[in-house]
Amino acid sequence: MEKAISVSENPFYKTKKTGGNIKENAVVGLTQIAVLLIIAILFIILGIIIYQGREKFSWEFISSFPTDGMTKGGIFPALIGTFILVIVMSIAAVPFGTITAIYLTEYAKENSKFAAAVRFSIRTLAVVPSIIFGLFGLGFFIQFVGTGMDSAFNDGELHWGQPNILWASLTMALLTLPVIIVSVEESLKTIPRELREASLALGATKWQTIKKVVFPGSISGIMTGTILAVSRGAGEVAPILFTGAAYYLATLPESLSDQFMNLGYHVYIMSTQSSDVEKTMPIQFATTLVLLILTLSLNLVAVIIRSRIRRRAK
Amino acid sequence: MRDIKIEVKDLSLYYGDKKALKEISMQIPANKVTALIGPSGCGKSTFLRCINRMNDLIPSVKITGEMLVEGVDIYNKDVDVVNIRKKIGMVFQKSNPFPKSIYENIAYGPKINGIKDKAQLNEIVETSLRQAAIWDELKDRLDDSAMGLSGGQQQRLCIARTLAVSPDIILMDEPASALDPISTSKIEELVHELKEQYTIIIVTHNMQQAARTSDYTAFFYLGELIEIGKTNTIFTKPEQKQTEDYITGRFG
Amino acid sequence: MNSPLPSKQIFTKESLKKQFRLSEFLAEKVISFVAFLSIAIIFLIFIFVFKESMPLFSFGKKDKVKTEIQTTSDVKVESYEGAETSTEEIQPETYGAPTEDLNPVTQETQTSEELEPDTYGAPTEDLNPETATGKEVIIDEKATENKEGADRTWSTFFSTEWVPVSDNPRFGLLALLVGTLKVTIIAILIAGPLAILAAVYTSCFASNRRKEIIKPIIEMLAAFPSVVIGFFAMMVLATFFQDIFGYDSRLNAFIGGVAMALAAIPIIYTISEDALSAVPKTFTEASLALGASKAQTAFFVILPAATPGIFAAILLGIGRVFGETMIALMATGNAALLSANPFESVRTFAATIGSEMAETVFGETHYSVLFFIGSLLFIFSFILNAVAEFYVKGKLIKKFQGK
Repeated sequence: MEKAISVSENPFYKTKKTGGNIKENAVVGLTQIAVLLIIAILFIILGIIIYQGREKFSWEFISSFPTDGMTKGGIFPALIGTFILVIVMSIAAVPFGTITAIYLTEYAKENSKFAAAVRFSIRTLAVVPSIIFGLFGLGFFIQFVGTGMDSAFNDGELHWGQPNILWASLTMALLTLPVIIVSVEESLKTIPRELREASLALGATKWQTIKKVVFPGSISGIMTGTILAVSRGAGEVAPILFTGAAYYLATLPESLSDQFMNLGYHVYIMSTQSSDVEKTMPIQFATTLVLLILTLSLNLVAVIIRSRIRRRAK
Repeated sequence: MRDIKIEVKDLSLYYGDKKALKEISMQIPANKVTALIGPSGCGKSTFLRCINRMNDLIPSVKITGEMLVEGVDIYNKDVDVVNIRKKIGMVFQKSNPFPKSIYENIAYGPKINGIKDKAQLNEIVETSLRQAAIWDELKDRLDDSAMGLSGGQQQRLCIARTLAVSPDIILMDEPASALDPISTSKIEELVHELKEQYTIIIVTHNMQQAARTSDYTAFFYLGELIEIGKTNTIFTKPEQKQTEDYITGRFG
Repeated sequence: MNSPLPSKQIFTKESLKKQFRLSEFLAEKVISFVAFLSIAIIFLIFIFVFKESMPLFSFGKKDKVKTEIQTTSDVKVESYEGAETSTEEIQPETYGAPTEDLNPVTQETQTSEELEPDTYGAPTEDLNPETATGKEVIIDEKATENKEGADRTWSTFFSTEWVPVSDNPRFGLLALLVGTLKVTIIAILIAGPLAILAAVYTSCFASNRRKEIIKPIIEMLAAFPSVVIGFFAMMVLATFFQDIFGYDSRLNAFIGGVAMALAAIPIIYTISEDALSAVPKTFTEASLALGASKAQTAFFVILPAATPGIFAAILLGIGRVFGETMIALMATGNAALLSANPFESVRTFAATIGSEMAETVFGETHYSVLFFIGSLLFIFSFILNAVAEFYVKGKLIKKFQGK
C-alpha cells in the first residue's frame, strides 16, 4: 500500500485529501453502506407490512373467526392455536432447558468429555433445519409414540397416532431448547462465585446451594430464554407443517389430541393455497402484521431483560 | 502450646503441576486468634481455604499431607466435606451477603440444617446479630435487603451469618481489607470478643492488624511456612531473617 | 455469653463421617440424565428420520430386516400399477391401519424367507387386499416387487426429473440438488459480503454508542419469522425485481436467494462480529502503532486474524439457507427444473419435504424418499456444524496461541 507522505515542516500534519485518505474513506464508507442497507431493508419490510396490514388490522380481526372460506373474517382461532402451541411447548422445554443449563454450569467438570458432547449436541440442535424437526415429529412422536400409545391403550384405534397440538408442541419444544439453554446458562454464569462459596462455607450441600442461591439468581435468565423461545416458536412453521397444524377448523381445539390453526401457517396457506390470493391480500398482510408484532415485541422484551442481566454481570 | 485445635502435617498443595504450598507443618491453638501473614501470593489464603476444604471446588487442585482437626484428618476419604464446613465457618475477603433480606441471610444456615421452627430461628438470628455486635443497628430493618447495607455492616452480617451455624472454628480471609478504618476497628473488636468461644484463624496483609488482634502469628513466604509463634515474639524477636525483613518492611 | 445455640459439636470421626444424602444423589443423577437427553435427541432425530427412509435401502439384499412399512408401500405402489380407480379405495385402508403396520417383523421375515424366485413375475390383477387369505400372498409378492422397486427408485435418483406422483414415479434428486445449490449460492453471495462488511463496520469503525444501536437492530432481523420473510419476498420482492429484470417466472431462484439472504444475514453478522471482536486488542494496537490507518488495520490485520470465525459464520449461514423451508416454499416457484438460469423457478430439498409430505401416504416410496432427503439435510447440517466447531476452533487456537 502506498504511503501518503506529507511534505510539511510539521511531521504530524494531518494528511487530508491525499490518495490514501480517499481510499480509507471509501473502505469505511463501503462497510457503512452495508450496515445502512441491512437496516434499511429491515425497516422497509416492517414499513410495507405495517402499511399494507393496517387497513384490516383491528380488534375485530383479531377476535373473530374466519368466514366465507377464509376470504373474510378474522384470525382468532389461529391466534389461540399459536398461544396453546407456545404454552405447551414452554411447559416441555423450559424445565428441560433449565436443568441442562444447570448441569453445564454447575455439575459439568472442566475437560469433561460428556459435557463437551452435551454442548456439541445443543449447538447441533440449534443448526438442524427446522423441517427436520418436523420430520422427526412425524417419525417419532406420531408414528412411533402416538401409534404405540394407540395400540397400547386404544386397541389400535387411531387417536394419538395422527397430527395434533401435543406432538406439534413437543416438536417445537425440541427446536427451541437451545435458545433456552443458552439464555439460562448465560444468566447462571453471572451469579458470582462468591455467593456459591458463601453458601458452601455455611455447610450447604451442592444441591442446596443450587436450589437456594443459584436457581433464584437465574430466574431472569429463564424468563429471557422462555420469551425468546416463545417468540421463535410462534413464528416457526416448518416443524408443524405435518405434526398438527390445520388448514381450517371451525372450532377451537378442545384437547391436546386436536389439530390447531396457527398464525404462521395461516400466512403460508393464505398466500399460497387460498382460493383467491388477490382478494385476501389485506387479510394476509394483517395476519403477517399480527405475527410480526407478536414475535418482535417478545424479542424486544427479551433483549431488555438480557441487557439488564449483562449489566449486573459487569 | 497447649490445647491444640488443628495440627497440620506436611501439607502440600498443587495447582496442576505448580506447587503452591510446600510441606506446611504447624499447630493452631484452641480459643486463640492465629494470624497468617505474608506478602501477597505467598499461599496464606490458599492455606486458609484448605482448612475447610474450599479448595475442593477447584478441579485442578491436589493436596497431600494431613490436616488434623482435634485429631481427625479432614482429608480422610471417609470424612464428609459438608459436615466439615458446618463446623469450620468462613468469612470472605469481599463481603458476600445473599441478595435476600437480612433475616434470610442469617437464617440461611440454620434452615439448611433443618431448623424450621420460627421461634427458634428468630432466636438464632437475634443471638447471632448480637454476637456480631450489629443487632442494635439492624434490629428494625431485618426484612430489608442485605444489599442495601454499608460495606462494614455487610461484612459483620457475614460474620453473624457464619456464627448462626454455630461453628467451632472461624476462618477469616482478610475480612477488613476492603473496609474503612472505623469498620475495620469494629471487626477487630469483634474478633477479640469472639475468641472466647471460637478458634479464629485470620489472614491479613496488614501487620498492625495482626499485631493488634492475634495471639499467635504465622509467617508465610513463597508457599512455605517460615515461622510461627506468639505474636509478641514474632514481632519483636523473630527467629528467621526473612520474617524480620518482612516485618520491618524491607520487602513485601 | 449465654448462648442459646446448640452446644458445640466436637470433631470426631463419627460426627464427620461421610453421609449419604439421597436428595443430593438424586439431583445429580437426574440433572446429568436430562443433560444426557440432549445428546440422545440428536441420535433419535437421526435414527427416526433415517428409519423412515429405510425401505429404500432394502434392495439387492437377501436380508431379513424387512419391516411392514415396505408392505404398505407395496400396496401403494401396486395400486398405482393396477387400475387407477383402486387407488382411492386402498389409500384409506393403509392409513387406517397403522398399528398393523407396526407389527413385529417376524411374520414378515418368515414370508420373505419362503419366497421363491418364481413368484417374482406373477400377475397381480387378481389380488384383492380386502380378503384375508389373499393378503399374505400379496405380502410375499410385494416384498419381492419392492426390492425391484427400490432398485428402480435408486436409479431414478440421478435422473433429472422429479415426478413423485405418477404411474412411473421418478425421484430425480439431481434437479432438487441443483435447485438447492443455486438458491444457496445466490443467498450466500448476497448475505456473506453484506453481513461481513457490516460486521467489520460494527467492530472496527463504529463508536461504542453506534455499536449499541446497530447490533440489536441487525439482530432483530433474526427475530423475523421465515414465513414473514417468505411472504414479503413473494408479495413484494418478486414484483419489484420482475419489474426491474423483466424475467418470466415471477418466483424463481433469485428471489428465493434474496429472501434467504435476509434470513442468513443476522447469523453471519453475529458470528463474524463476535470473531472480529475476539481478535486481541494488542494486534490492533501494534498495527496502529506502526502507522497503519484504521481501514488498513481492519482489512489487513483484524479480518485475516478472524478468518476462521468468519469462515464458521459462512458455514452456519449456508446451513441455515440449505435447510430453510418456508422461504423456499413461498419464494422459489417450486418447480423442479434443471437449469443454470438463476431466474428460473427451482425447488429445494427442504421445500420438497415441506410441500409433499402432507400428501404422501405413510410407508409409500415417495414418503421414504422424502425422509431420505431429510436424512441428507440432517447429515449435511451436522457436518457443517462439526466443521465450524472443531476445525475453526483448532485454527483459532493455533493462530492466537501459536500451538
